[in-house]
Amino acid sequence: MKHLLLGNEAIAQGAIDAGLSGVYAYPGTPSTEITEYIQTSKLAQELNIHSTWSVNEKTAMEAALGMSYTGKRSMVVMKHVGLNVASDVFMNMSVSGINGGLVVVVADDPSMHSSQNEQDSRFYGKFAMVPILEPTNQQEAYDMMHHAFDFSEDTMLPVLLRMVTRLSHSRSGVEFKSRRTQNSIHLPEDTSRFALLPMNAKKQFEKLVEKKSLLMEYSEHSSLNELKLSEDKDIGIIACGIAYNYVMENISEDASFYSTLKISQYPLPKEKIKKLYKHCHKILIMEEGYPVVEELLHNYFDDNDKIKGKLSGDLPLTGELNPTIVANALGIFQNAAKSIPEIVSNRPPQLCEGCGHTDLFNTINALIPEIGNKNVFGDIGCYALGTLPPLNTINTLIDMGASITMAKGAADAGLENAIAVIGDSTFTHSGMTGLLDAVYENSPITIIISDNSAIAMTGAQESSAVGRLHNICLGIGVHPDHLKTMIPLRKNHDQNVELLRNELSHKGLSVIISERPCVRLSRDQKEDIKSKIAALS
Amino acid sequence: MNSMKTNIILSGVGGQGILTIAAVLDTAALSENIYIKQSEVHGMSQRGGAVQSHVRISDKEIYSDLIPEGKADLIISVEPMELLRYIPFLNKNGWLITDSNPFINTTNYPDKEALYEQIRKYPLHLIIDATEIAKNIGNSKVANMVLLGAASTIIPLSEESLLNAIKTLFQHKSEKIITLNLQAFFEGKKIAKAHSHFAIDK
Repeated sequence: MKHLLLGNEAIAQGAIDAGLSGVYAYPGTPSTEITEYIQTSKLAQELNIHSTWSVNEKTAMEAALGMSYTGKRSMVVMKHVGLNVASDVFMNMSVSGINGGLVVVVADDPSMHSSQNEQDSRFYGKFAMVPILEPTNQQEAYDMMHHAFDFSEDTMLPVLLRMVTRLSHSRSGVEFKSRRTQNSIHLPEDTSRFALLPMNAKKQFEKLVEKKSLLMEYSEHSSLNELKLSEDKDIGIIACGIAYNYVMENISEDASFYSTLKISQYPLPKEKIKKLYKHCHKILIMEEGYPVVEELLHNYFDDNDKIKGKLSGDLPLTGELNPTIVANALGIFQNAAKSIPEIVSNRPPQLCEGCGHTDLFNTINALIPEIGNKNVFGDIGCYALGTLPPLNTINTLIDMGASITMAKGAADAGLENAIAVIGDSTFTHSGMTGLLDAVYENSPITIIISDNSAIAMTGAQESSAVGRLHNICLGIGVHPDHLKTMIPLRKNHDQNVELLRNELSHKGLSVIISERPCVRLSRDQKEDIKSKIAALS
Repeated sequence: MNSMKTNIILSGVGGQGILTIAAVLDTAALSENIYIKQSEVHGMSQRGGAVQSHVRISDKEIYSDLIPEGKADLIISVEPMELLRYIPFLNKNGWLITDSNPFINTTNYPDKEALYEQIRKYPLHLIIDATEIAKNIGNSKVANMVLLGAASTIIPLSEESLLNAIKTLFQHKSEKIITLNLQAFFEGKKIAKAHSHFAIDK
């Protein structure tokens, strides 16, 4: 029987069936549904699989490593930019190695549907010298999880599984395998490899470097990397992950004519690539994201004119692939597509009707004539939409937590009336450390924590900040006289403007917590939040 | 659409419920044991932005999750301007079905009559006041099922499996909600059948 699953859900079910004991994650599009699936899975509950959200990707990955240390299988899930946050532990746990199987699932977002860059996680995998798996479809994503955990335990390395938006958010029928039981606790025989003092780290790093040839051997024999040499000697197609689908969409009817190498496991199978290179006059590389494979191939061979892809200009260097782009690169004739009728206007995303962020921005906007229109530093979340017309409140959006620290740096430079706007969950994710910097120097900035009691942009997940913001700020050392609260409602507009004006005039640090629950929260969620806050006080 | 390879684009604005139409198609296709791929938009665009879903059903393996340009057999839209946004995907014999009611959340939304005029340039179109029909049945929210009902006349999935899919999808809701959705489906179908292009038995 087939089950209809998103690529993300296939990953989640695959992990459950491969004997997962815990998933750790912070929500982020396009990765969120992996963890949500496990959180709502009855089976996962019966199996007592840990699935509570973590505060950020770094704490998530460290917790996953801790679970792996005990011998159990763990998974950590994030979007591509989340791996930047977790990169410290990611780079080091390949050196220590793992104990129970550990799979790092990272969902890249080529075309930046919901992100601030197009970074390609395969670079990180190569950087950390760990094996990378890249599924082409939902069934393969499911099947890969069994392989990924086994492979991780075989090599004692974390395995990076790279997803992309279009696979994460596409459904198809998936058949399940039988379920493997969870590992029991078995602590590492020798714990010194987890204590990366230089003397241990040196030994471990040598082992990691030595593993490369083993990993290449695995890739060479992996059925995930399938080489087909055919009559056609003109183009040899290397198709990685989801790009394989776009190739097959175009050539499936005469697939036997083309010479192809499908890549779903890295490091690259060098021998298979050499065979294809020898067989064909040119190599065309189809890969979603950066030209990772294409660059590597430039080091493999002398005649780089034979290697075609993004660097050669045969495919675009930015944005995601699609069947049409791939058809053009393959030289398959396409009827010119109709264009979008001119009458159609853009419809950018916007804050929901009745959203508290809008009232907050109206409050700030009332003071912009006095303070200037380039003083507001923003952050990652729904409120980033305050950058767009008609609000035009926010000037910057860089990474999680940067509103506070950029405002501080600007104030250090002499900018007056610097304002940082940050959401409750972004604040606990990466804002608290920056707040301590600002507290330590009593920086003359006004931080507004726009608290909607949810991780709203990704679908109103639970925020660990709920009910704790006030005490966190006091604990970090914000002066109680300059820790204020406002309710962003239209009826409070005038008093909120006055409150903000007062704090801006304070020549030191102020924090204003702007409290109003997300309009997307269900009644049950709101009740749940209320009882959590009550339990805390 | 005689062959068992159909590409459908569903379009609308984030929050308008196109994924419910997608879910019915998915469930019905799965029950008929044919291949299905359905991509959807999650994330920032869901906040009142333009969203679409690509639904592909076939009796052969489907590779791409995305429909290639010029290969959509049908676009179903819950909003007229969003229908036109996906015209580059429409094949030359493609069908267009849309709710006539604009969803206006921008300052430069075009004149709706001009939108209809543009849609009428494509021979196989059907502009329905699905929202009004849904209201008359009892709930404007079932406008999407009116559109699906209309589209059912040309989609190669049996009526039985589509109806069962609706029942399955709303099984946790009240009997009244299931009935409303089924009624909406039949109303939509009736309108399509009365329309010359659609009055062809599949």
